[in-house]
Amino acid sequence: MHTIKHQKARSLYPTFDRKAPGADVSHYCPGCGHGTVHNLIAEAIDDLGIQDRTIFCSPVGCSVFAYYYFDVGNIQCAHGRAPAVASAIRRTHEEAIVISYQGDGDLAGIGMSQIVHAANRGENITVFFINNAIYGMTGGQMAPTTILGQNTVTTPAGRLAANEGFPVGVAEIINSLQAPVFVERVSLAGPVKVMKARMAIRKALRNQVEKKGFSLVEILSPCPVNWKMTAVESRRWLENNLEPVFPVGNLRDLPKGPFDQVDKKKARISDRKILEILGVGEEEVHTGTVRLKEEQNFKIAGFGGQGVLSTGILLANCAIAEGLKTTWLPSYGAEMRGGTANASINISHETIGSPIVSFPNALMVMNLPSLDAFEDTVRPGGAIYVNSSLAPRKVRREDVTAYHIPASDIANDLGGIQCASVILLTVYALVSGAITIETLQKVIPLAIKRKNLVDLNMRAIEVGIAWHRENCPKEEKTTEV
Amino acid sequence: MGTEESNYSQINPKRCKGCAACVVACPHGCIEIGSEINQMGYQFARFAVRKCIACGMCFYSCPEFGAITVFKKPRKGA
Amino acid sequence: MGQHLMKGNEAVIYGALLGGATHYFGYPITPASEIAHAAADLFPRCGKHFLQAECEVSSISMLYGAAAAGARVITGSSGPGLSLMAEGLSYLSGSELPSVVVDVQRAGPGLGYIWPEQSDYNFIVHGAGHGSHSGVVLAPNSAQEMCDFAYKAFELAERYRCTVFILSDAYIGQIMEPVELPRQIQTNPHKDWALYGDEGSRHNLLSSIYLKLEELEGHNLHLQAKYKRMETEIVDFEEVLTDDAEYLFVAYGISSRICHSAVGELRKKGVKAGMLRPKTLFPFPSVRLRQLAGQVKKMIVAELSNGQMVRDVLLAVQGVVPVDLYNWMGGRIPSTEEIVLRLQKDLAAG
Repeated sequence: MHTIKHQKARSLYPTFDRKAPGADVSHYCPGCGHGTVHNLIAEAIDDLGIQDRTIFCSPVGCSVFAYYYFDVGNIQCAHGRAPAVASAIRRTHEEAIVISYQGDGDLAGIGMSQIVHAANRGENITVFFINNAIYGMTGGQMAPTTILGQNTVTTPAGRLAANEGFPVGVAEIINSLQAPVFVERVSLAGPVKVMKARMAIRKALRNQVEKKGFSLVEILSPCPVNWKMTAVESRRWLENNLEPVFPVGNLRDLPKGPFDQVDKKKARISDRKILEILGVGEEEVHTGTVRLKEEQNFKIAGFGGQGVLSTGILLANCAIAEGLKTTWLPSYGAEMRGGTANASINISHETIGSPIVSFPNALMVMNLPSLDAFEDTVRPGGAIYVNSSLAPRKVRREDVTAYHIPASDIANDLGGIQCASVILLTVYALVSGAITIETLQKVIPLAIKRKNLVDLNMRAIEVGIAWHRENCPKEEKTTEV
Repeated sequence: MGTEESNYSQINPKRCKGCAACVVACPHGCIEIGSEINQMGYQFARFAVRKCIACGMCFYSCPEFGAITVFKKPRKGA
Repeated sequence: MGQHLMKGNEAVIYGALLGGATHYFGYPITPASEIAHAAADLFPRCGKHFLQAECEVSSISMLYGAAAAGARVITGSSGPGLSLMAEGLSYLSGSELPSVVVDVQRAGPGLGYIWPEQSDYNFIVHGAGHGSHSGVVLAPNSAQEMCDFAYKAFELAERYRCTVFILSDAYIGQIMEPVELPRQIQTNPHKDWALYGDEGSRHNLLSSIYLKLEELEGHNLHLQAKYKRMETEIVDFEEVLTDDAEYLFVAYGISSRICHSAVGELRKKGVKAGMLRPKTLFPFPSVRLRQLAGQVKKMIVAELSNGQMVRDVLLAVQGVVPVDLYNWMGGRIPSTEEIVLRLQKDLAAG
């Protein structure tokens, strides 16, 4: 009995029903290199026993229909994007074998960014790059790898370096990166070279099975129809013309990658732990039963770095603790004026509509430009809290109540200028009654992570209370100013 | 075909596109392009009885799927 | 109940993780960057995947790959990034892959600036990228809804095998509000069409290419039927004082917050104002708007664009009622007072 020595791989469908029911020939032109590479890949999949695990990312180009043939999981990708698609699949199924199969327009033209970055991340995937120096499917246009002088339908007089640049050496580009473990260029110019290609393809896939990292095989492949020659002539032309420009050989074969692929694995975290991490069900600091005299439309403004945004957040957190509704919005767009940062905070018993405070009833200004910018926006009867250390002029409006507090000077004496805004906030709390001092004292340690800053701000509250006691005795007793 | 006692390549005439990659790949000149034309309109390759060593060069060079199957002759005494 | 003060951009990540998200791929862009920041912090800590892609073209392609592999995957970006994603969004629709995309709209065109606008409406609602396709478009107007909508987005995406957009804006992304988090984590179900790299899923193919005219036509008809079904199944909106409203604001996102305040002020002045706020922009609440068209004297569409949603309102009301457009561009945001004064002026002018 004769025994079968070489036969069609099991990883190729017996018939190509996705092409047409019962079809058993490829859609490729006679003598095309794609079929040869498909056979070599399928054989390697068989021999490595990875058929069930394989997910094949097919590109745009003649091999867009690879899923006709490969009896593995298949996904068809947008032009050039297969390495990004493959990277995501890699990060979804650790045990999957992910293959990106791409042509020269796909990989070296439109998808250059995706391949370089996937390689640079050292994704544990295998890329087969078919370089036939021309666009096949679209009808013989120039590829990034078209060689100088080569006639294509878009370089009818031959590729000219001065106009189209030089052919791109993909294997060399990928080899310039740190992460890949295996880079080799092979050729289909003759049977011995095909056998070398076979070895490289097997190695590149075995690397992935062994979780070594990123492997790329560039395969110089004939396109007889678009090169306008016979299949036999095309193999000779490949050897005589492409191989000198794109030297075949191994560029890199590392025993192991520069990092452990296990790093990309994620630990299994229980739902209970995730809820804990996200703070679901945490008890809140609920102190207050504040009744607002009126809805607070509060604006705080100052230089960047004066704690304007964080003081606003502190106020909003206190409002939540008081059981009130609140919004905080940082300075943005048309709200940003005079080189100051500002934040809008609303505090209300009712659902808050617009979060934007265009006309505040409480304004806190940390510097002169802020006072200049926003003084006129305060609603009649409102209050302005001025850091008089840095805004030395008096509030000009007579229909608002002004509090001129040398907050930066006091803060400096306390040992930290950054607590100036909390001194002002304390006075605002006492005057407006929107939040209580008790709440402020409870929220500060939760809102501020650094212990020494907590102490500083707690002292700031005390001096704020003292300033208020000395300078506005009336407000403590009456609600009307 | 007279292959009972030797290695041979079986070429499926329905699947062959006549590109002749196998013809030039074979180190012993076992394959040739015939004169018949298949249903796809290609002059397909055929195995000519010569000294086939079942090396698989024709198989690996073939761009079609399952157009070539390579058989090894029975072992002596088997 | 614990309330967390957080930005809309952060809330969307909390909602996503509680909604069972497994992967985040994205590229930072103002005013959406806090989404990536929160994801970079929280996804790995929760045992989920975060990867900063090299560009939005790649991040949307990563969504395509992860979704195909059965993941619950999300990205966040803003206009310039969404433009780059157009290709991938079209492929996602073509291959019917579920994913969640957050657009924190900024002012355009081109680089424009980071201020809020609502000018991506046409692009997102009427099919981002080539071909006749769309996805569910949710329009949050608070940090709470950023969380809630992200929480439910994956289930919707999987139900319809489509992209679910969360169409936000720079203010809704940047606003900080108390957010109450969902108390249960959703599980990511097994999908029989996805690729798991195993024997059971080996026969699966995810592709958007159809070579036969009849098949591609059939695929398109199937997609459109799916979009049509959404109209009867998931259209969602909020009504504010519509019972006796004579002047109806139609607004979403930050505009709806301002209009909400304007309705309150106008009522105080004796003007019977109301508001319909679409929470789904696709499907659009056309049926309800048509009903209200028979009741109100005028509709006022308030939006931060050249007038994009207004066209859907005009289509919905079919000329039954006059529709005015109050619009702002380039990042300009109206105050409540501006809207109130403008309507009062318009009413006085007849």
